[in-house]
Amino acid sequence: MKISRKDVEHVALLARLELTEQEIEQYTEQLDSILEYAATLDRLDTENVEPTAHAVPLHNVLRADEVKSSIEREKALQNSPDAEEGFYRVPRIV
Amino acid sequence: MELTAKSAAELHTLLESREISAVELTKAFIERINAIEDKVKAFMTLTEESALMQAAEVDAKLSRGDKLRPLEGIPMALKDNMCTEGVRTTCSSKILENFVPPYNATVAELLRQAGAVMLGKLNMDEFAMGSSTENSAFHVTRNPWDLERVTGGSSGGSAAAVVADQAVFTLGSDTGGSIRQPAAFCGVVGMKPTYGAVSRYGLIAFASSLDQIGPFTKDVRDNALVMNAIAGHDPKDSTSVPYDKPDYTKFLLNDIKGLKIGIPREYFGQGIDTEVDKVLRQALATLGSLGAEVEECSMPHTEYAMPAYYLIAPAEASSNLARYDGVRYGYRTEDSEDIISMFKKTRAEGFGSEVKRRIMLGTYALSAGYYDAYYLKAQKARTLIKQDFDRVLEKFDVLVAPTAPTVAFKFGEKSTDPLAMYLSDVCTVPLNLAGLPGITLPAGFAGGMPVGLQLMGKPFDEGTLYRVAYTFEQNTDFHKAKPAFSGEVA
Amino acid sequence: MSVFDRYEMVCGVETHVELATKTKIFCGCTTEFGGEQNTHVCPVCLGLPGVLPVLNREVVNLAIKAGLALNCEIAEFSKFDRKNYYYPDLPKNYQTSQYDLPICKNGWLMIETAEGQKKIGITRAHMEEDAGKLVHGGETITTSDESYVDYNRTGVPLLEIVSEPDMRSISEVLAYLEQLVQILEYTEVSDCRLEQGSVRFDINVSLRPRGSTELGIRTETKNLNSFSSVRRCMEYEIARQAEVLDAGEKVVQETRTWDEGRGITLSLRSKEEAHDYRYFPEPDLVPMVIDREWVEEIRKTLPELPAARRERLQILGLSAYDAEVITSSKGLADFFDKALRQCEDAKSLTNWVMGDFTRLLKANEVSVVDSPISPEQVAEMVNLIEKGTISGKIAKSVIEEMFATGKDASVIVKEKGLAQISDESALIKIIDEVIAANPASVEDYRAGKERAIGFLVGQVMKASKGQANPGLVNKLLKERLG
Repeated sequence: MKISRKDVEHVALLARLELTEQEIEQYTEQLDSILEYAATLDRLDTENVEPTAHAVPLHNVLRADEVKSSIEREKALQNSPDAEEGFYRVPRIV
Repeated sequence: MELTAKSAAELHTLLESREISAVELTKAFIERINAIEDKVKAFMTLTEESALMQAAEVDAKLSRGDKLRPLEGIPMALKDNMCTEGVRTTCSSKILENFVPPYNATVAELLRQAGAVMLGKLNMDEFAMGSSTENSAFHVTRNPWDLERVTGGSSGGSAAAVVADQAVFTLGSDTGGSIRQPAAFCGVVGMKPTYGAVSRYGLIAFASSLDQIGPFTKDVRDNALVMNAIAGHDPKDSTSVPYDKPDYTKFLLNDIKGLKIGIPREYFGQGIDTEVDKVLRQALATLGSLGAEVEECSMPHTEYAMPAYYLIAPAEASSNLARYDGVRYGYRTEDSEDIISMFKKTRAEGFGSEVKRRIMLGTYALSAGYYDAYYLKAQKARTLIKQDFDRVLEKFDVLVAPTAPTVAFKFGEKSTDPLAMYLSDVCTVPLNLAGLPGITLPAGFAGGMPVGLQLMGKPFDEGTLYRVAYTFEQNTDFHKAKPAFSGEVA
Repeated sequence: MSVFDRYEMVCGVETHVELATKTKIFCGCTTEFGGEQNTHVCPVCLGLPGVLPVLNREVVNLAIKAGLALNCEIAEFSKFDRKNYYYPDLPKNYQTSQYDLPICKNGWLMIETAEGQKKIGITRAHMEEDAGKLVHGGETITTSDESYVDYNRTGVPLLEIVSEPDMRSISEVLAYLEQLVQILEYTEVSDCRLEQGSVRFDINVSLRPRGSTELGIRTETKNLNSFSSVRRCMEYEIARQAEVLDAGEKVVQETRTWDEGRGITLSLRSKEEAHDYRYFPEPDLVPMVIDREWVEEIRKTLPELPAARRERLQILGLSAYDAEVITSSKGLADFFDKALRQCEDAKSLTNWVMGDFTRLLKANEVSVVDSPISPEQVAEMVNLIEKGTISGKIAKSVIEEMFATGKDASVIVKEKGLAQISDESALIKIIDEVIAANPASVEDYRAGKERAIGFLVGQVMKASKGQANPGLVNKLLKERLG
């Protein structure tokens, strides 16, 4: 087994996903088989291989420090499930 | 021939000669959509009203005697992961069911400026995660060639709408094959451009280092026309490459004499359906008979593309999808006592099971203790895969491979086994890892279902792909075939 | 017995400083402070679906500049990474930051301690985006049923400067922070407006038994925004840790928060998780390749730093203390330097700038950059004293007048007839009158009581309404008294 039920619970917390009992079981099994498959990579010798993060070799893409107009607050808040007095409202933090 | 079955190039001539008006054309498409949409279900949202207004503007221009640009007045639709100002953009996810972007994706803006008429937004696998469009939170899209079969995915709506004549062209996005595989399953032309050729600004991210937008069209010429409109450098996308964008229609030459075509043998190995293999061998013979030098080659790291992809893409996705938390936009759970439970419930209720599975996988691959073993290892494998391409593309102008190992499968056939579903991307994923361009075009039929031929090329050499594809198309009739379904409605 | 007899404190500081750019790090929204909630936002800094970041060149320029001022190596290759964690003030639920390849590393700065100079190492400095602001419905974060989010600050560029754990006392920490803020202000890397939260400190503190070389278990108290909070927080935290250790228990390694009102630190430990930020390279941004030409371009823009400036002033004859005061702010030091260009007597200028000028600024609640009189005007006034045109005493009223009216000293002296009497014949007349009127003092002086001359000078000054040149009076008196 590559992954345990406890791993799945921990990962679900990191990813902020509330999983049902059934989902935990199902994901434990499925992630295990996917990771088993991913382990194919272990056969590769990558000792002196640099990782590729970007497919194109660009660098120094920079913009000038010039102010652009912001959007209207109504537009910023229009999609919010809960907005009040120009703020986004959220339930208690702690 | 029905108006809706015509290509953009043909319709452009009809518009310019005033044989039809843009409003008539748009109305014809709206009628077509209304007539068959309950069977195909390619769309998420229809924008008839604004489409007719756009079309009226084009007619006003025509009545002034102005020339039309190639896509002006041409009805099209966008995959529902491209932001459209004022038009709901859902990613086929419950979590964005009511999201109305306050801005346009660069491609949406470019097509608007080019005068194309947007008919609506197209169904997809939720957040582009899937290979069958069965993962849409709202409904499946059916393959017009056989309504019992999938369209492929994730841009299933984009492929189906084109082959079902619901739009002249559409845009899709391709992270691991999401343009090419559904285009092949539905028998249309689909291009995944070089990473960095088309702006990603406003494309709702799945895996940022792999995602690329491209066109679905009825033929190769239309594809080049749409690329002319959407490709090019965008200062809003840091990964957009400043390059000399050619006029892609200049490459539409019926001539491939002397071009070197490589056949990577790893793509024709196990898992390829024998009927599909037969069709592709025939296509290769055609290319040879047209004067190309066809030769086998080897890309030994191909088998590592799938495992690398299924670590890199979910890892990036797990981070890209973290923003859907119910604070600024989208769905929020009804029931939460504090912020953590709000986040957890919102995401649990808002995302579908495939999306959750990939978020879980990606989070795991990035988490402490596993980063080196999974994510970093996958990035190194990515380097080796890229080097394979670099090496063979020094020798060959174009590589040819299957687009998918099988034809479109039946609903439910693979949806219970995630790994089996993932393997349907085996022929398309390597190109995304290498950031290279690829096109699929109709190459024949297996059991009555379309088979796609995939051409892969050098960075920013979409032109040569168009040349080979155009030559093949000019010398075959596969792209003219229409699903029987189409006649039934007519 | 002090805890410091038993334990040695080890401290390192992470400083988050807002860079002085016009726009945010990844979008064109203004960085201006204030503004109605959620009005300095756009799709990019709100993290709307589909948006992409584009790096502000000025952020990189300022980061390089800070790195050079802090004696850092500037990386030739640097990149951004995503730091993943969920918090409602973080629109994408990841912060774009730098992980393994920060733009600056291996620097230092020098502080003054009671035992002399001490070098404090700078481990690294990296660029990142700020988060938004949470406003709590109730009194504090822990008692609120709901919170309100304002994303105006989201995406404001920050430089996080991480020190080595080189500090051993609260005064060393404060000296480091003062020095650091001064350098950042001097180089105009940041406005350093602490009261607006543009500089925040995370303080890492641990204790170890005297003589031990192993590091103790540390706590990190986050988000302090004034020197006084740093001092109070450290006093509290040192005492708290000492108590834990004295009881034979272990300090818990954790993040804490400072409660300014109660004057205590509180655990922020969440039952939910140990932090796992899942850093990975930011795929939406491309790496930076910083060639040496770029670095040299920036180096040319570096002003004289406080330490070099202090040294220069001391060579000019200022005391260490005076040099320290003059360079304590860039504004004052610049003012002094400008005045010095037109003034011969550095020592006298120092006294006037540190004395009456500074006093008048404070009394009128204006900052040196908004001073109603220019450095050149102060220089002229000091020159008038040196030339003997006015006395120091008269100058005190002249500078008041200058401050009130903005007029030049020479104009005021002329208008009010304040010039010193240096005409010998005029002075002799007054001196002779004073000698005649004060026979007793004259007698005393002649009998050898040197002090009596002072009284006579005073009388001459009085008779001249303060305008007699006191040096000349002294000389002439002595001559007349033979």
